[in-house]
Amino acid sequence: MTARPGRDIVSRLLLVLVLVWTLSPLLWQGITSLKPDSELMQLSPLLPSHPTLAHYRALFEHQPFHRIMLNSFGIAALTAMTALVVGALAAFPLARLPVRGKLLMLGFVLGATMFPAILTVGPLFMFMRVLGLRDTWWAVLVSHTTFALPLTIWMLANFFRELPEDLYRAARVDGCSPWQAFTRILLPLSRPGLTAAGVLAFIFSWTEFLYAFTFTATEASRTVPVAIVLFPGLHEIRWGEIAAASVVVTVPVIVLVLVFHRHIVQGLTAGALKG
Amino acid sequence: MPEVRFDRVEKRYGHRPVIRDFSLTIREGEFFTLVGPSGCGKSTVLNLVAGLEPVTSGEIYFGDRPVTYLSPKERDIAMVFQSYALYPHKTVFENLAFPLRLRRVPQGALQGEVQQVASLLGLAGLLAKKPAELSGGERQRVALGRALIREPQVFLMDEPLSNLDAQLRVQTRAEIKRLHARLKTTTLYVTHDQEEALSLSDRIAVLNKGAIQQIGTPMDIYRCPSNTFVAKFIGSPQINLVPGRLHPGPPAHLDVGPVQVALVRDPALQADSPTPANSLDVLVGIRAEDVLIQGTPESLPGHSASVVDREPAGARSWVTLRWGSAEIRAEASSDFLMPQNHSVGVAINTERLHVFDAASGARLPWIALPPKRQHGYK
Repeated sequence: MTARPGRDIVSRLLLVLVLVWTLSPLLWQGITSLKPDSELMQLSPLLPSHPTLAHYRALFEHQPFHRIMLNSFGIAALTAMTALVVGALAAFPLARLPVRGKLLMLGFVLGATMFPAILTVGPLFMFMRVLGLRDTWWAVLVSHTTFALPLTIWMLANFFRELPEDLYRAARVDGCSPWQAFTRILLPLSRPGLTAAGVLAFIFSWTEFLYAFTFTATEASRTVPVAIVLFPGLHEIRWGEIAAASVVVTVPVIVLVLVFHRHIVQGLTAGALKG
Repeated sequence: MPEVRFDRVEKRYGHRPVIRDFSLTIREGEFFTLVGPSGCGKSTVLNLVAGLEPVTSGEIYFGDRPVTYLSPKERDIAMVFQSYALYPHKTVFENLAFPLRLRRVPQGALQGEVQQVASLLGLAGLLAKKPAELSGGERQRVALGRALIREPQVFLMDEPLSNLDAQLRVQTRAEIKRLHARLKTTTLYVTHDQEEALSLSDRIAVLNKGAIQQIGTPMDIYRCPSNTFVAKFIGSPQINLVPGRLHPGPPAHLDVGPVQVALVRDPALQADSPTPANSLDVLVGIRAEDVLIQGTPESLPGHSASVVDREPAGARSWVTLRWGSAEIRAEASSDFLMPQNHSVGVAINTERLHVFDAASGARLPWIALPPKRQHGYK
């Protein structure tokens, strides 16, 4: 951080470049969402001459967008919670208990993430149809959870392993069963890891498209990304509303990351630094 | 407070043996220390007693009760870890109270016991703090307090002093000794520091590569090491091991450095080994304090040595001498100021020398003839 002004300037320039690269599409969507219909397809003016919230209003008036938001939020929150509960329960023995074939199991967990989603969509669709779960929260929730779970298990297993082993051993000697040592010592100390894993699972589910698109049919379970693609437009593509919807979807994610960013970084870099 | 007994305990990780044929009885109320270099398996023994790791074979008993397959909780032991392992999210009070809460001690009694242990260890003012706010010495005492608080059957300590600075270490050592004198809990203490072992223990077991080398009181082990490993490991500075040759005689005698020493069979060791027919190569152990520098070489003919190096150490100096073809360390007073290459007279306190087989390192059952009779042979 000190001296080397030349280097400092270069790194700042690179930073600006990356920011422009990643943020400009978002900015563009933001600008588009505020433009009146007449200016949508024109490059000048770059900024809307009469900023309008009409698209946002349309979003919530012309369609059941609240319902769709609720679907997305509910499914993402439940996915995060399920992934955390199941993930923590799976990660703890993999990290701390003498389990045979640990490495093999972790290998399988990692292997599961390597299938492209498109491969499993077909079988899962049949599965959902047989169980009568099509177009319910369950269908999306289950598929999202199975997909979020491997990452959660890996992250949490790593996090638990990075907690000093002596803490677990001390808890056992003090009279804890493995379960008590887990719930009373390991879990409270794992807040950063749990937060990071939870937020990532939430974001995954919130933005996931393929499963949600395949398993939903109506606004009973449709999620935001699907809804954006399916915006009815008979004679035109309603770019304004699409842009408005994109903004509405992105804001919660940004808020989430801003609130938890310290935890997320701590959780993702577990063990990199001695705390 | 029972005795702790190991009956032929073995521990392997995969095919790698860590503890081999480990049999040992720690007496009721005894302060027993396992000492050895890092990687000798001493901490593993502690984990086996605590129930944190399963044994591969053999049995462990507390008194008459076999505990080999019991969980740590059922064994009712307490342990102090080298890292202290305080719970970072709990206050000092909650750290101390945790073992009691797990045993559902009612709130009133719990408050009292925490206060009592806190005042015993001088922690009363720190109860509301988190471990991160404490100094190393304070953390160490909280760890000790958490172990003391529920009056366990057996007290286990895994290098509890090695993260403290030198001054605090000596101070805490005295504190631990006082606590043990007061509580009389059977204690198994693990350290790599031989000085700590000598100063704290009722008895010591020296471990090397997972096998017990010797068990005895600190004095036994210092005075009569059973092999070259123990001789070298215990005592500071390290014992001199000088190559020599043993002639079984009769009369039995030993050539070491420039001198010859008359020997007899050690009456303290059973002489079950037959007297060797031929002379054999040996290592002769001589502690620095048994090498006496005495004036000039002329006063002790044939016993001269030359100064190689001097290390002043406060109250005394360690002097390295060339003695025949070997180098040995001697203890001298701090005013010993002879320069390098200066010749001095050297007398060996032969009563205290140890004879080891050069090949196996095992102690041989010979001691020097007491000095009065030594003359008769000359």
